[in-house]
Amino acid sequence: MKFLRDQVDKLKPTFSEGGKLSFLHSTFDALETFLFVPNHTTKSGGHIRDGIDLKRTMFLVVIALLPALLFGMWNLGFQFHRATGLEASLLENFWYGLLQTLPIIVVSYGVGLGIEMAFAQFKGHPVNEGFLVTGLLIPMVMPADIPLWMVGLATAFAVIIGKEVFGGTGMNLLNPALTARMFLYIGYTPEMSGDECWVPIADGIATVDGYSGATTLGNVGVASANGTPWSDSLLSWGTSAMDSILGTIPGSIAETSVVAILIGAIILIATGIGSWKIMLSTVLGALFMGGVLNLAGGNAWYDMPAHYHLIIGGFMFGTVFMTTDPVSAAQTERGKWIYGFFIGLLTVLIRVFNPGYPEGIMMAILLMNVFAPLIDYSVVQSNIKMRLKRVKA
Amino acid sequence: MGQNIKIKRGMDIKLEGAPSLDIHQANSPATFAVKPTDFKGLVPKMHVKQGDKVKAGDCLFADKKNDKICFTAPVSGEIAEVVRGDRRAILAVKILADSETAYKSFNTSGFVDKSREEVVELLLASGLWPFIVQRPYGLLADPSIAPKAIHVSGFDSAPLAADLSISLKGQEANLKTGFEILKKLTEGKVHLNVHATKDSSIYNSLEGVEKTIFSGPHPSGLVGVQINKIDPINKGDVVWTIKPQHVAFIGKFFETGNLDLEQTIVVAGSEIRKPAYYATRLGASVSELLMDNVSNDNVRVISGNVLTGTKIAQDGYLGYYDNQISVIPEGDHFEMLGWLLPSYPRPTLSSTFPLFKFFKKTFKVNTNPHGENRAYVVTGQYEKVMPMNIMPQQLIKSVMAKDLELMENLGIYEVIEEDMALCEFVCTSKIDVQRVLSEGLELMAEES
Repeated sequence: MKFLRDQVDKLKPTFSEGGKLSFLHSTFDALETFLFVPNHTTKSGGHIRDGIDLKRTMFLVVIALLPALLFGMWNLGFQFHRATGLEASLLENFWYGLLQTLPIIVVSYGVGLGIEMAFAQFKGHPVNEGFLVTGLLIPMVMPADIPLWMVGLATAFAVIIGKEVFGGTGMNLLNPALTARMFLYIGYTPEMSGDECWVPIADGIATVDGYSGATTLGNVGVASANGTPWSDSLLSWGTSAMDSILGTIPGSIAETSVVAILIGAIILIATGIGSWKIMLSTVLGALFMGGVLNLAGGNAWYDMPAHYHLIIGGFMFGTVFMTTDPVSAAQTERGKWIYGFFIGLLTVLIRVFNPGYPEGIMMAILLMNVFAPLIDYSVVQSNIKMRLKRVKA
Repeated sequence: MGQNIKIKRGMDIKLEGAPSLDIHQANSPATFAVKPTDFKGLVPKMHVKQGDKVKAGDCLFADKKNDKICFTAPVSGEIAEVVRGDRRAILAVKILADSETAYKSFNTSGFVDKSREEVVELLLASGLWPFIVQRPYGLLADPSIAPKAIHVSGFDSAPLAADLSISLKGQEANLKTGFEILKKLTEGKVHLNVHATKDSSIYNSLEGVEKTIFSGPHPSGLVGVQINKIDPINKGDVVWTIKPQHVAFIGKFFETGNLDLEQTIVVAGSEIRKPAYYATRLGASVSELLMDNVSNDNVRVISGNVLTGTKIAQDGYLGYYDNQISVIPEGDHFEMLGWLLPSYPRPTLSSTFPLFKFFKKTFKVNTNPHGENRAYVVTGQYEKVMPMNIMPQQLIKSVMAKDLELMENLGIYEVIEEDMALCEFVCTSKIDVQRVLSEGLELMAEES
């Protein structure tokens, strides 16, 4: 430790003001504080502070994401080999997925951190740890077949337009990772939806008879339009409800496994970092709306049992990792209940009533991101009214 | 007995170096000081100059805004120095103490029958008045105002705080007289709030006060929290608060006619060799208390507790309102990957440190903030340590935005800095909550 510290101290003047590489000051500072918690002491107010900081908080979110990510990598290989009928071991499946995923992660982190550090340097503030999470969330919600330049473009859009123009981490209105996904979804729809994008299969490689890369969301959408009634056969090609829970189905890289995502949820809730209120109310909102539609009945979407909404598409991933982003979510404790409930409700509404968008959770979260300040405003107003009422009483 | 109120949101920060139950007699230090900086917003008007002789109870300086509010000498002696800082602001008035304290005598006989005005005059002249703190904003009490109520927190729940049943033992009679005087100051109630599991027998003989029993962790002992639960401050209300040890000063003064500010304080913290209670006097230099009593050089000496106290030098002076000295190590060292793999235990509210949070009993805490200042990201955190019916994060944000109307609507007049000290402690983004709130309170006080 002493040796490393000495090396850092030796390098420091080069990157400090007046040094040769002072234009990299923010970058150096980010790396230095990553390696060493600074030797600062409290200057005003309380003399002692809690051990928690933003680095630890963000790092724990990354840990919570890992089960879903690792499973997603394996699943990519698994889906590929299932589609092509080739035999593969667990490791081969994982390796295949790793090779598909790693470049996307590298591009996302590279572009995003590059922009963050440039902004930090330009505006003279320290690099915020928020992108550690965003940079991983973006690849996890991409289809594996996405061209890398699109990942780069979407990341740049999310960081600059989604975050920095609002004043950087902590000030953004929308969830940056979903902003990136939305950007691609609207700008490059063919690459972001349909049956082909989820499992990358190079041209010329034959697939087995009957293979379809369509997701359950896609199938149920088509069935509803055609008047085909709901049945389990509408689940993604050759899978059961149990596969949907385990995650052995096609989908965005890390969104498929309910089990892996729930492990992440447990980590987030146990450490107190993710809001269980939001997660629970989102699930309740979806079950409520799904239940109402079940009662109404009519087509495949109406008739799909409400709890199926929880295990198909990106619902679980969105619920656990996207709704709980504390910056873009409602910030008041009561507001969190309302915010989550409407996300769940809207997700189901969009899925069922909007044939143009097979998945609803992304739209629902972004929409509620926009409404979160309004929810908070009304909660704050009720606190204010309580105080005014006390005067009159 | 009055009602029971349970405080659920909060936390006790358990630190190493808790005081033993012994009361030591501290050697009387050579110098004493009264620091105008202990009083919020005070501009002092000097009544003495260097070399003047004073008795205990003689006026050293007065409040420029209301020159009836006197700040008096805690001991007799010679004015050794008037310490000035930037722009000649007066930082401290130091007194070289006589070996025997000579008291200025006040005519307090027959105080039982004295009117409110006479009592106020005596409190103002004797320098006891500044012990009364006025809410909103935590200012010096305005003698021309009749407060809605007077609140006294009968216990201290802060880290390493004095157990008042020990430090005020033997002061029962003074407390009783003091409370009688308080009752003259308001037409409303005088509230005394005690803790369900802490010894409150020193208050047993009090009559005519409204007792409320609190339970639960810190900040249950903060008078602001108690007011919020018992009879919250509304816009336009004025209430006064005072600490029990200061009520005892008032009682003793009216009993004897002398300003005798002897008090028993706690000297504690992990760097103190003999953490215990020490009998000393208000305004005392802490040098005698710390001599041969501090285990290393790189320490922070705090007058008050670790959450709200003031940093002082090792030969500094006890703050006017403080009955506690906390000494903890400075945290001015780098910690490799400390955010990920902490190299020593630290107190925390966060379940990301399950071993520290759930299994560690007491902590050797230092002054490292364990991270850097960031914009607000995490939400719902302040609420866990804020028992008052107030939206803490929204309030702090409204102060940052200098939105006076919103600050007022969110109830800034219900809090002072100490009420939000725990919010500051738990803050992931390391926001200086108390400093920000202080700016807000100052703005509001200027406006009103």
